[in-house]
Amino acid sequence: MRRQKALSEEAKPGWKSIPIGGILLEPGSALSYKTGAWRAFRPVVDQSKCINCLLCWIFCPDAAIIRKEKFVDVNYDYCKGCGICANECPVNAITMEEEKR
Amino acid sequence: MSKILGLTGDGAIAHAVKQSNVDVVAAYPITPQTLIVEEFSEFVHNGEVDTEFVCVESEHSAMSACVGASLTGARVFTATASQGLALMHEILYIASSLRCPIVMGVVNRALSAPINIHCDHSDMMGSRDCGWIQIYCENAQEAYDWVIQAFKIAEDPNVLLPVTVNIDGFILSHSLEGVEILDDEDASKFVATRKPTIRIDPDNPITVGALCLTDYYFETKRQHFEAMNEAPKVTEKVNKEFEALTGRKYGFIDTYGLEDAEAAILCLGSTAGTAKAVAKELRSHGKKVGVIKPWVYRPFPMEEIMEALENLEALAVLDRACSLGAPYGALCSDIVSLLYQKGRRMNVFNIIYGLGGRDMTPSDLKAIFNEALDVAKTGLVKEPLKFVGVRE
Repeated sequence: MRRQKALSEEAKPGWKSIPIGGILLEPGSALSYKTGAWRAFRPVVDQSKCINCLLCWIFCPDAAIIRKEKFVDVNYDYCKGCGICANECPVNAITMEEEKR
Repeated sequence: MSKILGLTGDGAIAHAVKQSNVDVVAAYPITPQTLIVEEFSEFVHNGEVDTEFVCVESEHSAMSACVGASLTGARVFTATASQGLALMHEILYIASSLRCPIVMGVVNRALSAPINIHCDHSDMMGSRDCGWIQIYCENAQEAYDWVIQAFKIAEDPNVLLPVTVNIDGFILSHSLEGVEILDDEDASKFVATRKPTIRIDPDNPITVGALCLTDYYFETKRQHFEAMNEAPKVTEKVNKEFEALTGRKYGFIDTYGLEDAEAAILCLGSTAGTAKAVAKELRSHGKKVGVIKPWVYRPFPMEEIMEALENLEALAVLDRACSLGAPYGALCSDIVSLLYQKGRRMNVFNIIYGLGGRDMTPSDLKAIFNEALDVAKTGLVKEPLKFVGVRE
């Protein structure tokens, strides 16, 4: 049976053209790796409830909480949906909602 | 001008490291490797070398420190044995996969349990597939010579793989031999200094050890496999340069008596020396026997071994380690696979010997040669695998 390949896999370079040892020669390349795609649940901030205490910002392991003047927001490109922010929020301003794809 | 010193196998390795412009040594002492670390730390203490000697709390840390040092572009050496190598196991794969050209002396010793300090090859065979080039030595001279050559092979930009130089615990590590060593200047000129192509450098940041999932891991391994394919070309070149300097000729395999041998023993390490002496005696009585000793075990020298087997009728493969539950020991499995791949039907039998330092005596070897001759004559292998030297 012919092996089915995803289009994105076809486009990646082969072993002959990648740097040795899995080394990344360009710094900061994690920026282009959108780990938000891993998310099963997304944190949703109720901005009317948020008291801007920034506990979520402190606890977020991915630095995916964005500070704004009066409330916080989420960077969905990198938020993996772990739910720590929702758990830590003292006023229950963050709820985890199932991702619908 | 070279000179001859009385050195143990461990001492020969320590002297080779001393002359090889090594930047970093991180090692933890373990019997029977201890003399390497002891002697080398003396060189450091006496100011005979400017190597950074890192005292670590375990072999896991030793190899981890070596990986870090090697990634900065340093020339790195370490040494271990037995349980120490087993404790390094995890980092052995990381060292080779990150393409760190570390050189390591492995003083082969049995693995526990029961605890034992004497020679067999189960330590290195247990880490056989770790992606390191693996060399086995017959005597202290070979240990000295291969360590010096190992740095040049490991660090070649087409290879960039770590190398283990194996010597038999106590049999070689603690026996005193006359070893011809190079002048410091000649050795230093031969090994030169490492010229890293990629290294960690604050001014040019790179990422090492990044997560590599289903998308790139396989390609990285395929690349590593290819580096192993490149290693023989570089090894051959280094062997030639070394011969020009010292007159001592190395290759992938060493052979004895194969010009007319009908039957031969194939084995690794110091046993080959005894086997050659026994073969010499048998040959003086008209028995056509020979010896094949792979110096390089990984990458497996397929072409050279096939060529050596060409005129043989029977072969006894000696494994100083037991692959429990497998059809043969590791070395014999490789030989049988190779013969099958090349379509050569040959009578091969496997001997498991010498576990935990049990002596392989000349009379044992004589009996194996005679059995091999018998197999050559009858074409019949009675026992594909048997143990020699164990009490029933």
